Amino acid sequence: MSQTATMASTPVTGSQAAVEPSGPRPKPFFTPKKIILYTTLVFFSLYYLFPLYVMVVTSLKTMPEIRFGNIFALPQTPNLDAWVRAWTSACTGLTCEGLAPGFWNSVKITIPSTIVSIFIAAVNGYALVNWRFKGSEVFFAILIFGSFIPYQVMLYPLVMITRELKIFGTLQAVILIHTVFGMPILTLLFRNYFASLPQELFKAARVDGAGFWRIFFEIMLPMSLPIFVVALILQVTGIWNDFLFGVVFAGTQNYPMTVQLNNIVNSAQGTPEYNVNMAATVLTGLVPLTVYFVSGKWFVRGVAAGAVKG
Amino acid sequence: MQHSVSIRDLSLNFGNVKVLEHLNLDIAQGEFIVLLGPSGCGKSTLLNCIAGLLDVSGGQIFISGKNVTWEEPKDRGIGMVFQSYALYPQMTVERNLSFGLRVAGMPKAEIEQRVKRAAEILQIEPLLQRKPANLSGGQRQRVAIGRALVRDVDVFLFDEPLSNLDAKLRSDLRVEIKRLHQRLKNTMIYVTHDQIEALTLADRIAIMKNGVIQQLADPHTIYNKPVNLYVAGFIGSPSMNFIEGTLDGANFTANDGTVIPVGSYEYVAGAPAGAAKAVLGVRPEHIFLGAEAEAMPYKAQAEIEIVEPMGSETLAWTKVAGIPVTFRCSSDIVINAGDKVTVGFDIARGSMFDATTEERL
Amino acid sequence: MADTAVRMEDGAGVSTRPGFLSRIFLHNLSAKFAALPMVITVLVVFVGCTIWTIYYSFTNSKLLPTGKFIGFDQYERLFATSRWNVSVWNLLAYGAMSLVFTLVIGFILAVLIDQKVRFESAFRTIMLYPFALSFIVTGLVWQWIMNPTLGLQGTMRKLGWDWFSFDWIANPKMVLFALLIAGLWHGTGFCMVLMLAGLRGVDEEVWKAARVDGIPTWRTYLSIVLPMMRGVLVTAVVIIGSGIVRLYDLVVALTNGGPGISSEVPAKYVFNYMFSGGNIGQGLAGATMMLLTVLIIMIPWAYLEFGGKGRR
Repeated sequence: MSQTATMASTPVTGSQAAVEPSGPRPKPFFTPKKIILYTTLVFFSLYYLFPLYVMVVTSLKTMPEIRFGNIFALPQTPNLDAWVRAWTSACTGLTCEGLAPGFWNSVKITIPSTIVSIFIAAVNGYALVNWRFKGSEVFFAILIFGSFIPYQVMLYPLVMITRELKIFGTLQAVILIHTVFGMPILTLLFRNYFASLPQELFKAARVDGAGFWRIFFEIMLPMSLPIFVVALILQVTGIWNDFLFGVVFAGTQNYPMTVQLNNIVNSAQGTPEYNVNMAATVLTGLVPLTVYFVSGKWFVRGVAAGAVKG
Repeated sequence: MQHSVSIRDLSLNFGNVKVLEHLNLDIAQGEFIVLLGPSGCGKSTLLNCIAGLLDVSGGQIFISGKNVTWEEPKDRGIGMVFQSYALYPQMTVERNLSFGLRVAGMPKAEIEQRVKRAAEILQIEPLLQRKPANLSGGQRQRVAIGRALVRDVDVFLFDEPLSNLDAKLRSDLRVEIKRLHQRLKNTMIYVTHDQIEALTLADRIAIMKNGVIQQLADPHTIYNKPVNLYVAGFIGSPSMNFIEGTLDGANFTANDGTVIPVGSYEYVAGAPAGAAKAVLGVRPEHIFLGAEAEAMPYKAQAEIEIVEPMGSETLAWTKVAGIPVTFRCSSDIVINAGDKVTVGFDIARGSMFDATTEERL
Repeated sequence: MADTAVRMEDGAGVSTRPGFLSRIFLHNLSAKFAALPMVITVLVVFVGCTIWTIYYSFTNSKLLPTGKFIGFDQYERLFATSRWNVSVWNLLAYGAMSLVFTLVIGFILAVLIDQKVRFESAFRTIMLYPFALSFIVTGLVWQWIMNPTLGLQGTMRKLGWDWFSFDWIANPKMVLFALLIAGLWHGTGFCMVLMLAGLRGVDEEVWKAARVDGIPTWRTYLSIVLPMMRGVLVTAVVIIGSGIVRLYDLVVALTNGGPGISSEVPAKYVFNYMFSGGNIGQGLAGATMMLLTVLIIMIPWAYLEFGGKGRR
């Protein structure tokens, strides 16, 4: 049965197009729909990219060039002077040591806060899933509900508590506060993750005679790498970007980078140096941006996981 | 007679992967065709091509004589039922049924009449005001069928419609689909991996493997005269027993030297000349025991190894020509593991395949 | 026969049960011990501090929270203060616009990205990166872009478009829109990611069914897919909403409440009274009002989410 024979034997009802439809549907590359689609996407992309471009370009210009040029223009002779000034000698209110101390403060805050908050939340999640005790679910419910309470509500009493503990205005205070306020979302994250692991594993370990900590460290943790990565991304960016807790609890000596940056830009005396401001801004955004671009899909998973509350 | 659905030289590639290759299929008006095969054989893909949900890479599709290769699904005169039911969860059953018609701007009276008729045929009238979440799996599947029904089309497409249901419900709905087909007399194309569904429902079954139709025939032919080793092994549970060996004239010599007379076999195109490597296939129910076996052209002493009582029948494992074989016998016959029995079969009811081409001899 | 079975079970029980019991007891002890930080956090911070704040908002505490009970005086003063009223009004106006635009833009972007576009991950990366940045960085960049003399407006005028006007951060009537532009820049990508996850979560066969039914794509999105995404929508509203109530850093960085008091928000008002205004009672009363706002958002949501199907 040859191909042409079968085609001919097929009764074809009238009004066919000149070309018999065969094979893939013709798809012109430029349809109005596609043009609108890509135009809109590109338009929005420009909105999102424009500030990043302006930030970087401005930081590479000299002040006269900024004053007489335009905001879109590429720098005539790109130089890193503003970056050096922002890092070493920009004035943050009283002192003029640049952003470097703020950067190191942020590092000193972010690393221990991230480790402590993730560890505590992991233990919480594990206890909530595998070692329920009377009232554990109630505490968890309040914890989740508490994550929606505006920080301002708890801020002042926390100041008093940290004063009582003699840690107000120190790094310990900020670390404590980050641990406390990171707890709801991280606990939820770990709880949901541990709940998704096969419970037989836990039961088998129990039958084998392993206890709370042994199961946690030897069975649960080795299986939890993905959720640790998600928590890590969430906490590093979240804590690095924090402003409120840093400004309240850290004390002037330990102000994190965000606070220093805001001081450089918004409480500087004399003529504002926009190139230095933008260099400082880029520098402050560099750490979370690096985390974002390096982690890629994981960041999306992190924010999505952070979103799925309740 | 005009074919209800004609598929001409259809090909589909995803990138470099060829999913369907030069596939031809003619389906008669009112015929119930089942596309059967393991997952990944291209059967659902073929159905999606017919529906217009996938663009083909080559070839043509005709429905009711009209070339619909480039048509949108809604213009092809088809209704489709999905495995996950795909009901719109926030709409009542009634709105689920009527949504497509309302969007098409059909007059209200006509919509009402069609919904009423579909609901009556499927006996879902009491459910019309419920939401899908409040329906059982079987009820949801009826609504999904109803959505195809209201479209008043010539061709129904079913994409594994019963796979999400439990065994009991599955056999109930199977009967109902058959009844529906007898009442409506529409063309139905039905995709499944369940051979019982295929054998019970189909006018003709198309067995597919790697995007190619292996055999297209009525269930009886598929079961009794499989065209190749693949079809023979795929259909039937437990599957056909295969004995490899050499065919020479009226005798088949198994690999262990056992000689089986095959003079009564009806060849498709005459017996091959000279000696040839071949595979002999016998269905479990064509192997007989005791007195019945004595009357068979081939009989042998064998020891029963395992007995599996199934209630209505008994499956037993033994060895013939050094190869483990299953056979099926009435549960009235008492046999036990370790029994020495006579087994026998007539190759006239079996199959023979060329060992190299795997085609039926 | 039955007797021996029971006895055997007993025998096995005697040998293992006491150890087993005490082990469970000990394990539960260490679980409780491990959960201690959570219990303390809940009791002291989320419950204790909140109650403390509510209580002291009814006192006349000035520099220290030691004042005596004065009923609703602080609240009366609060709502007699134009700065607070402007703050509340700003939050309402900004919040409504931000919520609507974030949802609408987020949904539109998600739908656009869902059209099997090329470079999907590039578009997604571009739209989400602002979310990784802090509000301080966001505010400062936009402050620079909106700088009337040297920013976008100045540039456009230098290019000869004298009519071009983009002085929103210096214009009390427009400053909220300046905040909005920066806020949307920061948050819409996140909303898009949420919505996209919702869209991708819709059963593919529903799309196929809609196509067979002949439902146009836009109609499928609006009438079928959007209602199916109820869960994601509610989540998005709650997250965006609680973010709006907390709005603080962005205002500090972009406008610092100015010009004048035209872009003040409650969080900033509260902060200022607590830590530099020397009137703790006022700050606490403001904070309690913020809490009340959140409760008004949260309770219907909690009711919708958990009321119907019980606790999970």
